[in-house]
Amino acid sequence: MNAVCLLAESISDAVSNRVLILVQQTAELLGVQYNTLLVLVTAALLGAVSGVVGCFAVLRRRALVGDALAHAALPGLCVAFLIAGVRSVPIMLLGALASGILGILVIVALRRWTRIKEDAAIGIVLSVFFGAGIVLSGWIQNSTTAGNKAGLDSFILGKTSGIQALDLLVVAVACLICFLLVALAFKEFRLVTFDAPFALAQGWPTALVDLVLLGMIAVVVVIGLPTVGVVLMAALLIIPGAAARFWTERLSVMTLLAAAIGLTVGIVGAAASAQVDRLPTGPIIVLVGTALFVLSATIAPRRGAIARWMSGRRFARDIAVRRLIGELYEARAEESRGAWQDREHRAAWREAQRRGYLKPPARGNQLTDAGRAAALAALRDERLWQAVLVEYPELAVGAADPFHASAADVLPSAIVDELVTRLQSAGRWPAELRTIAASVGTSGAAAGGAPEGTP
Amino acid sequence: MSVLDIHDMTVAYHRRPVLWDVDLVLDEPRLVGILGPNGAGKSTLIKAVLGLAPMAHGSVRVFDEPVEKVRRRIGYVPQRESVDWGFPVSVLDVVLMGTYGRLGWCRRPGHRERQLARECLAKVGMEDFERRQIGQLSGGQQQRTFLARALAQQADMYFMDEPMAGVDAATEQAIFTQLAELRSAGKTVVVVHHDLRTVEQYFDHVVLLNMRVVAAGPTEQAFTAENLRRAYGGRLSMLEAAGEAVQAQERA
Repeated sequence: MNAVCLLAESISDAVSNRVLILVQQTAELLGVQYNTLLVLVTAALLGAVSGVVGCFAVLRRRALVGDALAHAALPGLCVAFLIAGVRSVPIMLLGALASGILGILVIVALRRWTRIKEDAAIGIVLSVFFGAGIVLSGWIQNSTTAGNKAGLDSFILGKTSGIQALDLLVVAVACLICFLLVALAFKEFRLVTFDAPFALAQGWPTALVDLVLLGMIAVVVVIGLPTVGVVLMAALLIIPGAAARFWTERLSVMTLLAAAIGLTVGIVGAAASAQVDRLPTGPIIVLVGTALFVLSATIAPRRGAIARWMSGRRFARDIAVRRLIGELYEARAEESRGAWQDREHRAAWREAQRRGYLKPPARGNQLTDAGRAAALAALRDERLWQAVLVEYPELAVGAADPFHASAADVLPSAIVDELVTRLQSAGRWPAELRTIAASVGTSGAAAGGAPEGTP
Repeated sequence: MSVLDIHDMTVAYHRRPVLWDVDLVLDEPRLVGILGPNGAGKSTLIKAVLGLAPMAHGSVRVFDEPVEKVRRRIGYVPQRESVDWGFPVSVLDVVLMGTYGRLGWCRRPGHRERQLARECLAKVGMEDFERRQIGQLSGGQQQRTFLARALAQQADMYFMDEPMAGVDAATEQAIFTQLAELRSAGKTVVVVHHDLRTVEQYFDHVVLLNMRVVAAGPTEQAFTAENLRRAYGGRLSMLEAAGEAVQAQERA
């Protein structure tokens, strides 16, 4: 065991010396401090890879698995420290990986062999492993002489000051592997996350693809532990992807955006936490990520809260204007007035005027020609849809959407013609605009359109 | 030579059997409707054939080979509810997934695949929607997208799980046109279907299922009042629909 440890130690020392020199040279070149550059690059790479892997984790609903994995890693960290006897990042992370995977296996076993559902299984594993880890790390720090130097505390909420060249090396290698995997098998990951049964039917080894995805989640979570900590690592996995989703409808763009957001969160979070010495890094990174998430959820076009609220308002206003001009056209605005709320009525009135459907109040609030034409079209479409629902209910299923499409565009023209004829003979088809064409220029004296054709 | 040979298939979920002792042989290309009441195991039958549901017992051969060996020749339309329609992919991306099987690992769909995907979209009347995110489609359009993806698989045998459930009339027509076209191109299509009124019109072969195979054969022989009663039992509303369907058959 010791021989293996020593060998690993000497190899990692050699490579990390290289990294150290490289970072030192770059730092000199850029005129920044060595430590600052090391921390920023590590946090940036970590954020980027979390963003990319997190997209698939979120879409495949594996986000909570990542959280369980992070918490379950703590006892492994401690045990690995006990075995190695010194603070060795690679060995401790391997221990973390092992106990994280053990945690996942326990979740799988609980689901398969007991009646416990996945969320409960995740909750159990997460808290039990985390509890064991806390007890173990407390015991190590109190009882062993080297325990004080282990810095096990920093793995709970994360710390940037402990970062060394070796940490950067580990993050960079993991980053490279994950980016390569996603770039090479993007198609396969997309297929399996979107529609696993179809992928399986097509002959893809979906279990293997899922396993690789889970493996990437595990690696990303574990390499993030020294910087972000076990408690909040899952947030760095989830937040960039979730924020990126607001800006795009394409998975490739979402992945790149999540990488960019993760990178930003990493840099800003690490820089902020380096400014204030006693603040742990994890919470700050999460707060920076949350700020970007809230920003995305609010202002993103189409999917953001503001855009959705505005389109909802526009929709409500469309309906209100339709109703208003319909009532004016059929000259039943007076009797229908009671069905309106005052505020709603004023808004509809203003909007109709803005669209040029109503003449100014000074001229009697009559419909303009454009308003009459719009009202007639809307009324006809409404009657047509009503007739379709009564006469051809099977055609209406899934197709009826009176507010977005005209029945005449959606249905076969033979059926539309038949329904129009039927409505005409029943006297329920609003007549042509002929009278209005004649009354153009007669200053709206033709009182708001008589209820033509209604018996 | 048989197209599909299901032998003694039993499928169980949590040790409760859903399908028992199913034997089913198709000797030549057919347009097959799988019918039966809710919970009869219609979808399970398809899933077990494709290896998506675990078989407790039995064997399946397609084109005289185990399914694993002929997956490239099998197309699949899953139930619409089986995926997350909020997923960030466009209609064209979904249809391109049909070509993934032929492409194999790590190769991206190229110009030829795009061309094919567009043709398949045009066949189901969806050519104007290729750039839409799939969640912005109506239910019928989503179903047509799934059908286009299956067409892009260019398979010899298709399994479709309720492709006409809850779709508009135009979509049902578009789907049926494609089924007929596949059939006349010598392919076999197995469709889980729920609307007894259209069975006669759509399928030349039916399988009546109620955990076991109640009856199977050419539509005119197997789709009888007696068999329907055996499959649907005391389910009154269904029986009524069945009665109507049979009357329509007798009138024709």
